[in-house]
Amino acid sequence: MEQGVAVIGTGQTVFRSVDREWTYAEQAQAAAKEALDDAGLTPDDIEAVVFSLAPTAFMGIAEADRWALDYVWGNGKPTMRVHTGGATGGSAVHAGYSLIRSGIFRTVLLVGADRMAETPDAQYFLNQVWDRFYEKDLSIQTIVAGAFLGQQYMHLYGATEEDFARVVVRQRGNALNNPHAHLKGKITIDEVMGSARLSYPLKLYDCCPRSSGGAAMILGNLDMAKQCSGRPAFIKGLGAVSNTVFLGDRIVSPAHPDLIGPMLEHQVAANRAYERAGITDPSREIQVAEIYDPFSTMVHPALEMMGFCGKGLAAKLEKEGAWESGGMVYVNPSGGTLCTNPISVTGLVRNIEAARQVMGRAEAMQAPNVKHALATAVGGSGQFVNVTVYGEDYL
Amino acid sequence: MSEKRNKGESMVIEDSWTARYAYPVGQVAGKFMEGLKQKKILATRCSKSGMTYLPPRAYCERSFEKCDGWVEASLEGVLEVATIVSAGFEGSPKPPYAVAYVRLDGVDTAIAGYVRGLDLSDLEAGMQRLRAGTRVRVEFVDEPKGRVTDYYFVPA
Repeated sequence: MEQGVAVIGTGQTVFRSVDREWTYAEQAQAAAKEALDDAGLTPDDIEAVVFSLAPTAFMGIAEADRWALDYVWGNGKPTMRVHTGGATGGSAVHAGYSLIRSGIFRTVLLVGADRMAETPDAQYFLNQVWDRFYEKDLSIQTIVAGAFLGQQYMHLYGATEEDFARVVVRQRGNALNNPHAHLKGKITIDEVMGSARLSYPLKLYDCCPRSSGGAAMILGNLDMAKQCSGRPAFIKGLGAVSNTVFLGDRIVSPAHPDLIGPMLEHQVAANRAYERAGITDPSREIQVAEIYDPFSTMVHPALEMMGFCGKGLAAKLEKEGAWESGGMVYVNPSGGTLCTNPISVTGLVRNIEAARQVMGRAEAMQAPNVKHALATAVGGSGQFVNVTVYGEDYL
Repeated sequence: MSEKRNKGESMVIEDSWTARYAYPVGQVAGKFMEGLKQKKILATRCSKSGMTYLPPRAYCERSFEKCDGWVEASLEGVLEVATIVSAGFEGSPKPPYAVAYVRLDGVDTAIAGYVRGLDLSDLEAGMQRLRAGTRVRVEFVDEPKGRVTDYYFVPA
């Protein structure tokens, strides 16, 4: 029997560059324990565990889910690891959703952690994901790929570096309200513009930090949601899409000839999610968007591709305050991925923050009258995109 | 492994990963790499969809049929997107350097390569010369070895 799926508990640690107090397994455990307490459940109430675990080369411990299994009380339960690069956390939510929606389980724990700064060689590993024969020798890694995206968007719509800097300023400010955020504070456009050049148009402050910490979410079926003490957030719709590894095919796409432009995958994934959620006008029906944005250049094209505004208009709306609290849509109240990026759980954090907005428990980040909130996750330099829409009711 | 502990911090254990690999390139990439040695860029073509692919593909992503032909790509084309890298990254060339995706004439998809022959000391001026739509041509190193670094783009 098909089941409604609700978020009934969440947990996350404080994120920082290097965690000298707790190991990977202990970070996952701390997040799992907080989510269990949040849901009023014990480990015995959890029927299955989904590990949100991206590449383990950063922490330098291969396939670390095996290590964390006991710590998150997964022993004796069915477990699976989900891995779609940066999109992992969103994919973990989609996997957990399927396990409950199908009626197989009543409760599923989604849990993970990451430690991005255990090695100074992160971009070395991020360059290993490209096609070995045609692209790896060209050192495209993730920052250069992010720069290409920014360049394409600037060329198409006349966006400027200052437009991207404005996103950083807004989101670092938002992160002041987020007790878990890694980077936060009042900064100026000039400070962003003056930060070290990496790959045009990207500068240091246009890029996310490498973060360490854990996150967990407990999904339950309708019965579990009814027992839940507070207001649950229901998963109303989800959509995901994959595209070729070759960036050159995404510029002139053979598989999607009708779709042109940077981040076209967001349009496909969002439309699938909206259809399932019954959303027809996202800018009116969705009050909060938690967007996966490791680079400042990604927020505006993502908003446009997901139908929150017309193509090329997001930067102008940014200046008018449309993406702030009280604006058209509150975009990344948490500060987003720009402020905190523990890759394995970054997508999970986006989903946790979106769900908590619907639950009315986002505290200082809370937007008023949230009917729907959206979360995205992006992996493989834009190759994988997933979108999840949360709402306050099941149907 | 060695132990290291700074004052007031928990102990840190140091380690490193090293591994060696040998990657068979397969028939499709193998033919492309052999072409590079002769200073040619070879693309695959699907007669059913009419698509011509770089990098070459075994199967067409639109018709799902096997690419049934090889064509020699033009050594001129259009720059689709580029960046100048100003920072040094582990395993990357010494900055500054330029990388671009270029659609060679007669080919439907864009292929990546370094861009040379540009003064990169002025970032803004360099990016002006790397605008989308700029015509570029392919040049080869003197002694190609069958790697994608055998070719590079220069402004036409």
